[in-house]
Amino acid sequence: MKAIATIIIAAFAAVMIYATSGLSVPGDPESPAAGNVSEFYIENSMEDMHTPNIVTSVLADYRGFDTLGETLVIFTASLACVLILTRRVDRD
Amino acid sequence: MIERYDSIIVDITCRIMVPFIQLFGMYVIFHGHYSPGGGFQGGVLLASSMILHRLSLGYKESYLKLPPARASVLGTGGMFLFILTALTPIFFGGVFLDYGFLPIPGLEPAELRYYGILIAEIWIGIAVFGCLVVIFDRLTERRLD
Repeated sequence: MKAIATIIIAAFAAVMIYATSGLSVPGDPESPAAGNVSEFYIENSMEDMHTPNIVTSVLADYRGFDTLGETLVIFTASLACVLILTRRVDRD
Repeated sequence: MIERYDSIIVDITCRIMVPFIQLFGMYVIFHGHYSPGGGFQGGVLLASSMILHRLSLGYKESYLKLPPARASVLGTGGMFLFILTALTPIFFGGVFLDYGFLPIPGLEPAELRYYGILIAEIWIGIAVFGCLVVIFDRLTERRLD
């Protein structure tokens, strides 16, 4: 069982490492991540919400769902801590 | 469970430091529109101030300042109010998380979004603060055996 798990993990790691060869260079203006919405955010952030900090306007408004998910992740982590680590009285 | 650290220097230093860390945390939350920062970072700073309080002054005194039950109420309440704030524009014909649809007279949509982001960041900060203090309290809980 342990050998099978090791093989699966190794195969998954190999796929992931192979996939990194397709990533774009950081800071490349021609990359897909920099081309579509970044300019829109930079140009319209000030008019849309009067916020000089573009990072805040992206995090809290343009991509508010992402922030909601992040907060839920922290909330879930604390919930898991409470459920796992709370000392319960054994009833037996 | 953490006992009080028996040193007058640690005691006085932490007593003086804690309010200033909390002040800086609130500054980071409220100044997130103009400088790096926001709800997450400010909430972590607030939580770190309480953790310093717990570590230096011990649970007997620190639980008086912020009981573990109240920390969990802050965490869940902040999360709930953030989701409620995000849901509010839906009731006025808008979309999720777009505060520009709120019918408050005298404010244009851009200003509504400005204040909506601020309110959402405050709830995020409170939620992160409560959740991290809850995690710390669970990890340092007293073992009864």
